[in-house]
Amino acid sequence: MDMEVWRLRISATQRGKLISAGYTSLSSLSSVSPSDLARDLQISENDASEILKAASHCGRLDNSDQSHAIVTGAQTAWDMLHEEDLSRRITTSCADLDNILGGGINCKEVTEIGGVPGIGKTQFGIQLAVNVQIPVDFGGLGGKAIYIDTEGSFMVERALQIAESCVEDMLEYQEFVRKKFQACQVQMQPKDFLKNIFYFRVCSYTEQIAVINYLEKFISEHKDVKVVIVDSVTFHFRQDFDDMALRTRLLSGLALKLMKLAKNCSLAVVLLNQVTTKYSDGSFHLTLALGDSWSHACTNRVILYWNGNERYAYIDKSPSLRSASAPYSVTGKGIRGSASNSKRIKMT
Amino acid sequence: MANKLLSEMGLPKSIANIFTARNLLTAKDVLSLTEFEMMELLDVGFAEITSAVVRVSEIACPPYQTALSLLEQRIQNEYFAGHLPTRLKGLDEVLCGGIPFGVLTELVGPAGIGKTQFCMKLSLLASLPAKFGGLDGCVIYIDVESKFSSRRVIEMGVNSFPEIFHMEGMAQEMAGRILVLQPASLDEFTESLQQIKVSLLQHQVKLLVIDSMAALASGEFEQGPPRQRSLGWHISFIKSLAEFSRIPVVVTNQVRSQSRDEICQYYFQVQRRDDIIKDPTRFDSHLVPALGIHWAHAVSIRIVLEAKSGERFMKVAKSPISPPMVFPFNITSSGISLLRDVGVEMTGPQINAIQNQGHDDIINFGSEGLQ
Repeated sequence: MDMEVWRLRISATQRGKLISAGYTSLSSLSSVSPSDLARDLQISENDASEILKAASHCGRLDNSDQSHAIVTGAQTAWDMLHEEDLSRRITTSCADLDNILGGGINCKEVTEIGGVPGIGKTQFGIQLAVNVQIPVDFGGLGGKAIYIDTEGSFMVERALQIAESCVEDMLEYQEFVRKKFQACQVQMQPKDFLKNIFYFRVCSYTEQIAVINYLEKFISEHKDVKVVIVDSVTFHFRQDFDDMALRTRLLSGLALKLMKLAKNCSLAVVLLNQVTTKYSDGSFHLTLALGDSWSHACTNRVILYWNGNERYAYIDKSPSLRSASAPYSVTGKGIRGSASNSKRIKMT
Repeated sequence: MANKLLSEMGLPKSIANIFTARNLLTAKDVLSLTEFEMMELLDVGFAEITSAVVRVSEIACPPYQTALSLLEQRIQNEYFAGHLPTRLKGLDEVLCGGIPFGVLTELVGPAGIGKTQFCMKLSLLASLPAKFGGLDGCVIYIDVESKFSSRRVIEMGVNSFPEIFHMEGMAQEMAGRILVLQPASLDEFTESLQQIKVSLLQHQVKLLVIDSMAALASGEFEQGPPRQRSLGWHISFIKSLAEFSRIPVVVTNQVRSQSRDEICQYYFQVQRRDDIIKDPTRFDSHLVPALGIHWAHAVSIRIVLEAKSGERFMKVAKSPISPPMVFPFNITSSGISLLRDVGVEMTGPQINAIQNQGHDDIINFGSEGLQ
């Protein structure tokens, strides 16, 4: 006989009582009342209702899986498609880049952004920490941000500048929309943006691992966190490691945890990475740091680089997007579309 | 935090004992292992391991702050909201008040362009009393190349702040606040860094200058990767010094010429590489910072000093708080000064280039000016 009660999350003694009283299948529990069960098992009514709750929870899982019950916990591609459509994206404030990213940085995914010093990695980090807070009425996520700073490069003055410009842009949009209907109201002040950025300063790789382990709990206490930015994932792992195998193991453990976090809490994880030079085919190339095995760790990889006189972002790796590049610029207001591009638009 | 003892984390007795028995004593020991390695090592079930790791992580994790409280703290507790004003009006404006506390600011440029002059001026400014706009504290000046000149510092002081320096005994007091160290080797430097860490907090040290970082490295090693790795420890140590004592740290870097096979691009740009090699103009006087890309990632602000067609320029090449700006400057008896306070915004990677054209003229001219 099928002992379905083994799957219930109850203590061993209670399970023993269930079995000896003849309740072995879930269906046998489905039509019994708590008081009947309490009498049959000689336990308190409270305990009985706990058992029934566990049983109905288990049963529900079963039912929902019935349509595709080959593997528990699996999801059909069709359902995934539906979910992807629902998931929101965080705008980068650069229209061209949003376009090639399919609308912005995707929630539920881990995106790595790398580039040479001064290209604007931290700028992207701060911009996303602000943009994730754009209210839903304005097409944003209305979320909060966690900023994990391993290098000490987060500049709060800059975050304030970017938040101020973001509020200005929202006011402008409000003016524009008001002509049609009076729906949106800008209620956020620049300082409110700063209030919603949770800043962790991390000073060793141990702390970096600790924070990432702790995030799940932190996020359960601070709902609405929609983006986690690690600036940079590289710094501590580049300094004090002799044992490269250990480094690889720790990094891949880290990446797995972040991926799980992104999925479970449906938030975007953005990892900033440094570059290094690599010698191959008789010449030096630039490549993102942390080695080849790390390059498998992230879902998406975006490389920032100089192309002539302009900054470009290149999608180096993504399961769903095609390789493409788009110009962007770093202005006083933050990340914006490329200057020469906007001129072109004005002319037409 | 990484070295917090497990025994003080309030783990369940049973598992705490197992950790001790396997010589896992600190948070670092535990978090350096993956969960599965720990299951092997400790012979404990997955659930117990995970809950222990969650507990250890929560305690080892540094506390968080909101960005707002960070901002308020700086405005409340620090001079000029955490900046050392350079008194170069245009530069102070783009840097939101001056050289920021808590991060590394790098000056890079060819020999004789004015890096040391800039450093000496900053030392002077930091030592001034608060009512004259200084930080009213000591300065530690690590003078690797033996270029520091007390005479010049006092000359700058007399010329730029006559009202202070003509007061009785002030020159002595100001100059007495600048402590100059001249390490002869990387080892000596390492040692003094460790001493500095202690004295930064005890004494009122308000600025740390290292002139130059590149000289330290190049004296000891050949070019190439081993050198960069050897500085890895110093880089993170200096960064943490800056951060925990919340003082500005100014570091200079030399330049070297770039070799031909060194132009670095990503593999997806490869097709364009040939064009670049054919273009010989790119290699004329093409200089790059002596310390490489690893170092460049570590500095928060990079100011390039260069010479172009007989004029000196100061470029804010990397800064998280300002757009790429360029200012013409010269060096006078009162130190470095900007020719125009309104900078020109630059686009493109030119901001990182280091020119050295017509430089000799300026140096000659400059030294005449000083005499």
